[in-house]
Amino acid sequence: MFDFSILFPSVLNGLTTGAVYALIALGLTLIYGVLHIINFAHGASLMLALYAVYFLKESWGIDPYLALPIVIPGMFALGYGLQRIVINRAGHGKDENILLATLGIAIVMENLALLFFKSDTRNIDTAYSLSTVAIGPAMIAVPKLVAFAGALVVSAALFWIMGRTDLGRAIRAVAKEKEGAKLMGIDVDHVYAMSFGIGLACLGAAACFLLPAYYVNPQVGGGFVLVAFTIVVLGGMGSFVGALVGGFLVGVVESLGGLYLGESLGQIGIFAIFIGVVLFRPEGMFGAKA
Amino acid sequence: MSGTGGISSGGLRHLGGIAVFAVLVASLPLVTKSGVALNFVMMALYATLIAQAWNILGGFGGQFSFGHALFFGTGAYIQAIAQLHGGINAWVALPLAVAGSALVGLFVGSLTFRYGLKGSYFALVTLAFAEVFRIVALSVPFTGGGVGLMVPLRESAGNLQFPSRAGYLWVVLAFVTAALLVTWWLRNGRFGAYLQAVRDNEDAARAVGVNPFRIKLAAIAISGAFMGAAGAFYVQVFQYIDPGIAYGSGTSVEALVAAIVGGMGTLWGPLLGATALHVLSDLTRNLFGELPGINMVIYGVVLVLIVIFLPRGIAGMGLSVRQLWAGKGSRHG
Repeated sequence: MFDFSILFPSVLNGLTTGAVYALIALGLTLIYGVLHIINFAHGASLMLALYAVYFLKESWGIDPYLALPIVIPGMFALGYGLQRIVINRAGHGKDENILLATLGIAIVMENLALLFFKSDTRNIDTAYSLSTVAIGPAMIAVPKLVAFAGALVVSAALFWIMGRTDLGRAIRAVAKEKEGAKLMGIDVDHVYAMSFGIGLACLGAAACFLLPAYYVNPQVGGGFVLVAFTIVVLGGMGSFVGALVGGFLVGVVESLGGLYLGESLGQIGIFAIFIGVVLFRPEGMFGAKA
Repeated sequence: MSGTGGISSGGLRHLGGIAVFAVLVASLPLVTKSGVALNFVMMALYATLIAQAWNILGGFGGQFSFGHALFFGTGAYIQAIAQLHGGINAWVALPLAVAGSALVGLFVGSLTFRYGLKGSYFALVTLAFAEVFRIVALSVPFTGGGVGLMVPLRESAGNLQFPSRAGYLWVVLAFVTAALLVTWWLRNGRFGAYLQAVRDNEDAARAVGVNPFRIKLAAIAISGAFMGAAGAFYVQVFQYIDPGIAYGSGTSVEALVAAIVGGMGTLWGPLLGATALHVLSDLTRNLFGELPGINMVIYGVVLVLIVIFLPRGIAGMGLSVRQLWAGKGSRHG
């Protein structure tokens, strides 16, 4: 049951999935940390990005990894626009209103996809889709390794943007003290939209790394929504390190849960973590306070 | 409320309105025999019922649930399983379904409210609970898993299966009327005042001696009970239930969108919202035909537009127009 040759590949697989989860959760936690809103449309936005990657490959033959410089700016623009045009106007000073607005956006995105692309599950064929590498006793699919490395690179880039650039400083200033930032001449609405845009840009990157080893259908986002929320509350709302660690943890839990409980029941582990953390330690592992 | 704590004349007028509404809708089958018309009214009433259920907790209690399908699905499964595996008559199963859903409400409420969850956290945790229930329903044997459960067709009023839509219409109308009366009580009674006080300012409510935990717990149980009734009704009408229908997000979304569009925390809002959305989706079906997803696209767009432009819903709009009117009147007089 706890045989190393079974456990090791499963953990490794969980870590590779976890890296992509972490990337998705980083976008969510950035949006939460700055705007203090929960983007319920995060999963649906990821689904749109996956379709973009899919059609770039199928219609124009653009490899998913080469599509990164197209999909990332595209998702950024979508996020910037959504925040400026829709979400910014929905608040009326209440968090719940924003949650409802993003829920509405998620419903629209998912069902437009259903309308235009039908409910078929699609995947892409690449030369490397089925190739594997041996790591110890484990055979790991090449796309999963690329996803692992890519997610880490994008996360590092995000840390650099947040820590070392003027934009990052402005974002952190707005997150900490909105009024003060405004007095310093920072355009708060612009920073909000930039943060939302970067949050969705993370999804663009995640989609390019995911699709070669994954699939897309209109409902695919739903599964990621709760996973991403679980990671974010587990790591602590707004914490970047928390999102990274949480992503890996949840990836491994899901993989081991699937191994011991079976595919469908294994998912319950994630929801159990989610409910447990929200109830008993809402500040998460790395969060300062609830 | 004037003086001695009696019910205001406005309150009594609403009570009269509820009576008129119930009598008018109940006599519809005597006026028309059109199955299409009766089916439309029945489905609008069913949508009203789930919106009313959501409104009790979301509108009056300020607790936004994203997973109200949790109670709907529980009611539906109890109704189906009691008949299939328990050999229990449908009329007897109905109160079991209602009570079972209320119990699930007490369970979820006692966990979430004890730890003071609110706002977005409460919304997401209710969604997570619904997902857990969906996965369990997919995995355990007595729900029939993904195949679902089929309740055999035994058409007779004694089995809560009616030969025409009229019978179903009366049953769901009874629930809608009960929910209207409960909502009326929330607006006029002591419990409702406490609930709204907790919604508006929990600390202040506690300071004057209200126990927010128990008040919210009662609200989620009542809300769950009506949602369970809707689930049981669904099973009786369609004679089928599966995990996706029972615990999927469709019903949760429908309930909250109709309540928000109509006007949260109002008496007639859920009826207005559910009917408006129903007419809207019927119109689109006539315009575009049966396109998958088009209905939900409209629900989503309407939700976003309402949140941006009319956060108090249709009923709230009527209210502000009336206030405007009253304001004008006083200025001139």
